[in-house]
Amino acid sequence: MAKQPAAVVGVGQTHHRAKREDVSMAGLCREAMDRALADAHMSLDDIDAIVVGKAPDLFEGVMMPELFLAESLGAAGKPLLRVHTAGSVGGSTAIVASSLVQAGVHKRVLTVSFEKQSESNAMWALSVPLPFNMPVHAGAGGYFAPHVRSYIRRSEAPTHVGAIVAAKDRQNALKNPYAHLKNPDTTVESVLASQMLWDPIRYDETCPSSDGACALVIVDEDVAAASPNPAWIHGTVMRSEATTAAERDQVNPQASRDAAAALWKQAGITSPVDEIDAAEIYVPFSWFEPMWLESLGFAEVGAGWRLTESGATAMDGRIPVNCSGGVLSSNPIGASGMLRFGEAALQVRGAAGDHQVDGARRALGHAYGGGSQFFAMWVVGSEKPTN
Amino acid sequence: MTRSLSAPVTVAFDYTRSTGPVLGRFLTGLRDGRVIGGRTSEGKVVVPPPEFDPVTHDPVAEFVEVAPTGTVASWTWVPEPVKDQPFDRPFAFVLVTLDGADVPMLHALDVSSVGEVSTGMRVQVRWAEERVGSITDIACFEPATDGGFETGASAPSSTIDPVTGVIVPVSLDYLYAASPEESAFYRGLNEGRIVGQRCPTCQKVYVPPRSACPTDGTPTAEEVEVSQTGTITTFCIVNVPFLGQKITPPYVSAYVLLDGADIAVLHLILGVPAAEVRMGMRVKAVWKPREEWTYSLENIDHFEPTGDPDADYDAYKHHL
Amino acid sequence: MRDVAVVGFAQRQMPEFDGSPTCVELLVPLLAECYEQTGWTRRDVGFWCSGSSDYLAGRSFSFVQAVDAIGVIPPVNESHVEMDLAWAMYEAWLKIQTGEVDTALVYAFGKSSAGVLRRSLSLQLEPYTMTPLWPDTVSLAALQARVGIDAGVWDEAAMAEVANRSLTDAEKNEHSIRKGGSSVEELLARPMYADPLRKHDCSPVTDGAAALVLAAGDRARDVRERPAWISGLSHFIDPMSMGTRDLTRSPSTARAAADVDLSGVEVAELHAPFSHQELILRRELGLADDVRVNPSGGALTSNPMFSGGGIRIGEAAARIWSGEIERAVGHATSGPALQQNLLCVLGSTTEGARN
Repeated sequence: MAKQPAAVVGVGQTHHRAKREDVSMAGLCREAMDRALADAHMSLDDIDAIVVGKAPDLFEGVMMPELFLAESLGAAGKPLLRVHTAGSVGGSTAIVASSLVQAGVHKRVLTVSFEKQSESNAMWALSVPLPFNMPVHAGAGGYFAPHVRSYIRRSEAPTHVGAIVAAKDRQNALKNPYAHLKNPDTTVESVLASQMLWDPIRYDETCPSSDGACALVIVDEDVAAASPNPAWIHGTVMRSEATTAAERDQVNPQASRDAAAALWKQAGITSPVDEIDAAEIYVPFSWFEPMWLESLGFAEVGAGWRLTESGATAMDGRIPVNCSGGVLSSNPIGASGMLRFGEAALQVRGAAGDHQVDGARRALGHAYGGGSQFFAMWVVGSEKPTN
Repeated sequence: MTRSLSAPVTVAFDYTRSTGPVLGRFLTGLRDGRVIGGRTSEGKVVVPPPEFDPVTHDPVAEFVEVAPTGTVASWTWVPEPVKDQPFDRPFAFVLVTLDGADVPMLHALDVSSVGEVSTGMRVQVRWAEERVGSITDIACFEPATDGGFETGASAPSSTIDPVTGVIVPVSLDYLYAASPEESAFYRGLNEGRIVGQRCPTCQKVYVPPRSACPTDGTPTAEEVEVSQTGTITTFCIVNVPFLGQKITPPYVSAYVLLDGADIAVLHLILGVPAAEVRMGMRVKAVWKPREEWTYSLENIDHFEPTGDPDADYDAYKHHL
Repeated sequence: MRDVAVVGFAQRQMPEFDGSPTCVELLVPLLAECYEQTGWTRRDVGFWCSGSSDYLAGRSFSFVQAVDAIGVIPPVNESHVEMDLAWAMYEAWLKIQTGEVDTALVYAFGKSSAGVLRRSLSLQLEPYTMTPLWPDTVSLAALQARVGIDAGVWDEAAMAEVANRSLTDAEKNEHSIRKGGSSVEELLARPMYADPLRKHDCSPVTDGAAALVLAAGDRARDVRERPAWISGLSHFIDPMSMGTRDLTRSPSTARAAADVDLSGVEVAELHAPFSHQELILRRELGLADDVRVNPSGGALTSNPMFSGGGIRIGEAAARIWSGEIERAVGHATSGPALQQNLLCVLGSTTEGARN
């Protein structure tokens, strides 16, 4: 049995900031939701079901906050689901929402994901000390930095490639009215001059901590017919593996490679670098751009950094990556994956504004989480899928 | 003896909540000694005001002051209060419909015995001595006194300096338990040994042992004491200071693949300038003084170079 | 819609689990039991989904280690909900309905005894004006119970009847951690706890885990002679506020009931953590008098957080597999005072399957 066609007809997001002290959690979500609904020319009353995504509940100090949010989100009297798959959750949530349509259960689904990191401290929430365990003596970036070093060693990449990514994404963010970081002066040189936090990761190569939300309206074929520019879902995939396992490849995890292979097959794509017009890839630390380019099959193993270094991932390059500014410019953790998925949809809808890639017809949305172990991806296109 | 080592742990944070305009209005009222409800599109006065209208879904925008007196709509007795409840002695939780409101709100009622509370009884707000813009500005309800009530309003309710945030301490106490396999590892450390276990399916040696080998889903079993010497597979140099840090930066956090193990452990590298640490460097465990040992990997203070030649990249590259 | 059935079910319930809050040690034998029931290996499972809560475990990402129990080389198609097992099952059912996979295994776990459960659950409440008062779950349920008593919708004797029947039925359920019925009179003579609730009106704090296996069409028929076919699956949520809800009703349950066909149901496994909540649910479902309610003993006798709802579906399915009954409904709830509710109607044939 084939999936029912489904399309994104509404995308909304908040203005992401370090602290959104002007809104409550409900207000934050509604800001994104109301924009998505307006984009879709719908109201909450049109919506059949709501899917909420969010990373750990310790961030906001509320156990299953979707319960108290239900009424404010307009979910009372509707079905409501809550997804949590670590950093990939924004992507996974969009996939669960699309499966409600693809299964033929609902016609109009709204999905929202959020994080209000300013309610607590992410560093604390992610590393609450546990008895017997070693205290985390490296912080969040400290987890990923050794794997970045492994990548550099393995690929023999020059050490400035990370700075190229950071400068590109920060410049792209200037074209995105919703982006958190807005620093027009960021250049490769300035990134290289920023403090080395977790060697080999510099301050400017890390993502910010943001308050923010993202919402999507996903509908079936009949409803999409009323939209001037639906983003059709051509493929979705989720894959998971363990945080740590003997001889697990932590630079290029098998779950990532398997997910990409399955995704391209579903979407009928044989050469991603030629057939994808824009990619929104989850890059919380700059070096993950070349790492994921390889893992996703945009470049040969060991050659991802060459693609980045050549300028191919710039907005006017062969494979523009993170034209929105990406996670490096806005990181409301629970929403970050959905932002990637939503930005991909904006590209193929021709609705990305100043960061639009001309004529983008197929785009990738990508998210990962945990210790590079949970992956969620989709391909959206301007044309209805033929398969 | 239980299978598992356990120890108490407290998960605590003082959450800084931004309230948004509607709850902010309600909390501003409480700070000023007034109870503010919201009027819904159906004309009902609801306390606390809902942030968004249940029917139109628009932000609630019409506010109504209600009386600090009301009627108990439902109640229960709390014979064994839990930490941080309004009283640490038995009390009642009540749903109270304030005069002027259409639906009840939840709060505590201060009476000394269960016989003193009943549905329909008249109650009034007892204001907290100090009001800061929090639901606890209402210390509790108390049985209504004859001849009206005492208003807490010391200043006119105003939108000047409105409450926009509230701090909510959340502190939860747990008894944390390590799995039986992890417990074996920690018990070994308490004896100065590094104990792994072999997966019966894939034969890999896990340090610490696992309740399920992540490759096969089978518990690791056969105990294997691994070497206290190993190879740095990869690492980072920590330059960033952060809350709770025990060592002054810069220092090295490294994955150490102990000889005899098939998975690396994360630990500190000291005894060598950070800039001289290399992938492939051979290191050995440096233990804390025995009297400081406990059931923890922290018994190993750090790893330091052995001085032996570095391991070949090929010897550890499949552990990256 | 594809015909999808529940073909496997395993559970563990205990007052205090001697093990880690991630419950990996519990999951390994549970999954083994599922493989044994189905004759499958993990590679036969097309999709995995789990349910759990970080605040129950007292740490972020408490579900992450649980995937080790699967054995995830090669990596798996997997998801997680911060919800009860029943909703993890819903996500898996969706996945099968999309046609992407034909089989799924869902599991959930929770070590309620790691903290003070009724206090931990205060963190589920509206965080600005409710949680700072730390209203515990039992108190909130008691407020609800009193509203019904005052309104004459139920009384303490009806509640005691529910408890007595549950405790009596639990004697036949090896998994129940509280059992032993006596009489309504004897139960009513016991002391009040959270007035008007007595301790037997409240589910016991329970640790545990459970797993359900789903399969579509012939994959289900390959596993069992009488798969428990899902003919209806529906869930809804109500507002949280204790003030604006009619606490004697459960609109979300009524909506779900209107969405499925309950005719011919012989057994109803209702996830009612408090005795009066069973009365509310029965009313909303409009069950006939001859429907057996909670023959397993129900949540009043054992209620592991985050699997208690899914266990109701498993219990219902098991009675269909055995040939004891033809049709049953399993129910799951979440949130304070029955805020969110799910119904799963199961039958011995694919007739009347949802489409």
